[in-house]
Amino acid sequence: MPFNLLVAACLLYVIFLFTVAFLVERRALIGRLGWLRSPLVYTLSLSIYCTAWTFYGAVGYAARSGLEFLTIYFGPTLVFVGWWWLLRKLVRIGRQYRVTSIADLISSRFGKSNTLGVIVTLIAVVAATPYIALQLQSVVLSFGVFASAAPDGQAPLDAGSTAIWVAVGLALFTILFGTRNLDAKEQHHGIVTAIAVEAVVKLVALLAVGAFVVWGIAGGVSDIIARIDAAHLNAWQVQPGRWTGLIFLSAVAVITLPRMFQVMVVENDDEGHLARASWAFPLYLMLMSLFIVPIAVVGLERMPAGSNPDMFVLTLPLAEGQGSLAMLAFLGGFSSATSMVIVESIALATMISNHIVIPLWLRWHPTAGAGDDLRVVVLRARRIAIAAVLALGYGYYHVSGGSAALAAIGLIAFLGVAQVLPALIGGLFWRGATRVGAMCGLVTGFAVWAFASFLPSFGPGAALSEAVFQQGLFGLSWLRPHALFGTEAMDPLTHALFWSMTLNTAAFCLGSLLTFPGPVERLQGAAFVNVFDGGAGPQRWARGQAEPEALLTMAQRILGEEAALTLFQSAARDQGKEGFLPDPTPAFLDTLEARLSGSVGAATAHAMISQLVGRAMVTVEDLMAVASESAQIMEYSAQLEAREAELTRTAGALREANEKLTQLSIQKDAFLSQISHELRTPMTSIRAFSEILTEGDLPPDMVAKYGKIIHDEAKRLTRLLDDLLDLSVLENGTVQLNLEMANLQQMIDTALTAARQTRPERSFVIHRDLPSEQIYLKTDADRLTQVFINLISNARKYCDAENPELRIAVRQRAGRVMIDFIDNGSGIPKESQALIFEKFARLTDANRAGGAGLGLAICREVMTNLGGSIAYLPGQGGAAFRVTVPLRLEKAAA
Amino acid sequence: MARVKPPLFLARAPYRRRRLRDAARLLPVVGLFLLLVPLLWTPKAEVSLSSADVIYFFAVWLILIGLAAAFAPGLRADEQQPEEEED
Amino acid sequence: MTLHVLLIEDEPNIAEAMRFILSREGWRVSHLAQGTEVLERVRADRPDLLILDLMLPGMSGLEILAALRADPETRALPVMMLTARGRDRELAEQAGADRFISKPFSNAEIVAEVRALVGR
Repeated sequence: MPFNLLVAACLLYVIFLFTVAFLVERRALIGRLGWLRSPLVYTLSLSIYCTAWTFYGAVGYAARSGLEFLTIYFGPTLVFVGWWWLLRKLVRIGRQYRVTSIADLISSRFGKSNTLGVIVTLIAVVAATPYIALQLQSVVLSFGVFASAAPDGQAPLDAGSTAIWVAVGLALFTILFGTRNLDAKEQHHGIVTAIAVEAVVKLVALLAVGAFVVWGIAGGVSDIIARIDAAHLNAWQVQPGRWTGLIFLSAVAVITLPRMFQVMVVENDDEGHLARASWAFPLYLMLMSLFIVPIAVVGLERMPAGSNPDMFVLTLPLAEGQGSLAMLAFLGGFSSATSMVIVESIALATMISNHIVIPLWLRWHPTAGAGDDLRVVVLRARRIAIAAVLALGYGYYHVSGGSAALAAIGLIAFLGVAQVLPALIGGLFWRGATRVGAMCGLVTGFAVWAFASFLPSFGPGAALSEAVFQQGLFGLSWLRPHALFGTEAMDPLTHALFWSMTLNTAAFCLGSLLTFPGPVERLQGAAFVNVFDGGAGPQRWARGQAEPEALLTMAQRILGEEAALTLFQSAARDQGKEGFLPDPTPAFLDTLEARLSGSVGAATAHAMISQLVGRAMVTVEDLMAVASESAQIMEYSAQLEAREAELTRTAGALREANEKLTQLSIQKDAFLSQISHELRTPMTSIRAFSEILTEGDLPPDMVAKYGKIIHDEAKRLTRLLDDLLDLSVLENGTVQLNLEMANLQQMIDTALTAARQTRPERSFVIHRDLPSEQIYLKTDADRLTQVFINLISNARKYCDAENPELRIAVRQRAGRVMIDFIDNGSGIPKESQALIFEKFARLTDANRAGGAGLGLAICREVMTNLGGSIAYLPGQGGAAFRVTVPLRLEKAAA
Repeated sequence: MARVKPPLFLARAPYRRRRLRDAARLLPVVGLFLLLVPLLWTPKAEVSLSSADVIYFFAVWLILIGLAAAFAPGLRADEQQPEEEED
Repeated sequence: MTLHVLLIEDEPNIAEAMRFILSREGWRVSHLAQGTEVLERVRADRPDLLILDLMLPGMSGLEILAALRADPETRALPVMMLTARGRDRELAEQAGADRFISKPFSNAEIVAEVRALVGR
């Protein structure tokens, strides 16, 4: 087969995946995922457990060590059929506390300690690096098989450059789809669906090769059974310790591998999917391993001695002249490698950015203003982290030379991430587990693993000197990497497994027993261990003194403007308030923290909120008080609470309505007296000057000057009367709307030009995004433009910045268009925000440039008539108004 | 935490639900046992792989999958119910 | 000595008209557009008469009047209040205004009231 064809097939395949991911992202964006959120997709996405190691390596493993390869799938099978024990709890906690990674889970459970997050992240990165290298190696090997099979004298394939191209391509794909947005819950529907597609590809490919081997080469099932018996496949060297140890190890790995945690917990949409996956995923694993032994047996039989059994899946069909089957197998292997690398690097990048980059960045920019968007930093950090992870993987591949058998590297990686297990299980089931304990366990386990398994894997004399292997570390014979404490009976892997897990667990338990946890740790411990008891547990925040506006500014930096405003608005509505600023109640702070931790991890979210709230964290004494109190009233409180919340909401709404009514009644009186004032003022000038003019004997220039004053004041009177009339027509809803299609950008242009007459001496910098304004609205263009003119004029009048700027941002969502006008002045004080849309509610008289204080009131009425709204947006760093209009206004709505 | 004392005996439906959960919890234990049993068969370490071994393991595997599939719907319905005492 | 009138009025056109009318009578007119500096100005310049608009930016006419009446030094200063709202007469008189004129007014009325107030 021509080598170029192979490259073309790879490219086509990647483009196909791209398209799938892209289409799904598009559908996710408009909220129509449908069957894409089914248990089937969830189960298939779990199949990233089966990497290239399974696809190619399992056959090699079977050829070398008989049935031992099955242990790698028995572990996950037991974990999944026993989901009621552990996975259920894990997924529930993951969903409830918006966990972003396994490092986040551990850090969150042990008092939101970022140090723990960093430790787990480091372990994960170190353990994953050889694993990623393994995937690159398998792709390179499979390319090599085709290249060497090509008879047409192609230039010999340079393995190094292939690996680079594969790594770069994977990095690009992952960056494109893994870091498109900082999701509220870190979900990547596009990627997950692409992974599910790859799962199907690799299963079909392996089954096809298997079927070909059983029915194409051998003569059916009975023949293959006979061949297995005849093959005298290497004894399956049953060492009970190794067999059991491997089952245990793979069971642990399926829980703690960062990529498994990502698809199993973080990307989980629905707990019900887990129930389905509990049998469907083991079924997938079983199908994947069904033909491994036949392929190995037939491969050993047919292929020349000395050929690499890791590549039988490819070489067998090639040797039999089945080019297209080999191509399918090649794509299957390619799928296995790419899907693993993509998800693993996303998971690791999330950990690195949330636990290492962002905390550092926040330390260096503690008082960053609203201007710099933290999201940009997070996304950039993720992208760089993805590239770095792949670069590490490539580096390992390059250094190790890709010589070791696939299976060995995989098991070492498994053992590395398994070190997280004691802290994880302890954290989920034992309230007494503490942060210090977890730290001791993790560090101990990691050290033992590194010394007894990871560093020796480079070979004697590479990372550890020959002497260390022979005489032990520092010449201490009980510190030999493969015979710690003189235990020489076990093989190296079982030995490392035994000692790392034992010492890890011991250190974890001892550390936990000897230390006393802090209040946050105890709270989190109780919340995680008792996650099924319902209720979020005691509040994590005492009533804070945080300014809601400051909280909003911070939330916008992380969640983005839109999401933050929506969150704050709905929280305010739940409290019975209008607008965007809820009271910083403990409940609200909890909700906010949960949302933020979905993006940047629990530790960072917690730190950011504490910064604003000050020392409002609960203490142990508070906890005790709450606990004893709640024990007594638990029975009644649930119902009462619900009712009370309802009452509070109603009362809040009533209070607000009442306040508004009182103010309105005062305002109505004030309105009449204001009208009187506004009418009399110009009248006074007119009358005085007309009397002066009537008396005569004035120089002509004085006559002209006074005549002009009379004229101006008469115009002012007319304008005032026009406004009043306008307002009354709008308020009665009897206004005639002139609906037509109109271009938003033209309307804004017109408004900007018209508003330039207001304080023409001020030069404003206007920021616009012209492409986003290319929207055709069906509306009354003149009225809408009038609103824009009013808002822009107001900015020109009242913005008190040295170098005034005005930003106009247009957004379209769900049939509505939002136009924001944001200046860089000092904004409107909170207590006045509710009043500015009332008539004559001019804030100060300092800048009265001839207006009567009716502008915003008219705007509000116009927007109501246009089926839209206008609102003040707090927390934008200046005065900010949002105009919302329907994209297409129908007559009936007018 | 003071709760109302749970009733000592349950009606038939909740009783069945609880035994189903017990079964689900037992399943991995049974599975592990069945997967470890062959260790006791092989008398010597140097025994070559026979097809019977392969068939045995895949049979155990299929049975586990089948049982899990049988339990899953009941347990899932269980989750929709308000949580009772955990045993 | 010419009569010194201190005029507090925020509307520039009205202030211009008043200044013209009063100056024509031969009186000296000084003008402030804000309420904040009035008290200092009164103490420093010692005007013979204060014409005070009721609605002022900074400090309202009523507040200024109350402050003037509270200070023994300025208690006797004749004050004429101007307002554009009809119903403020009582408030103004309670606060101690000597005369009260509502806008719009006739020029002759102003002159007559000023004469009556300073007794010239």
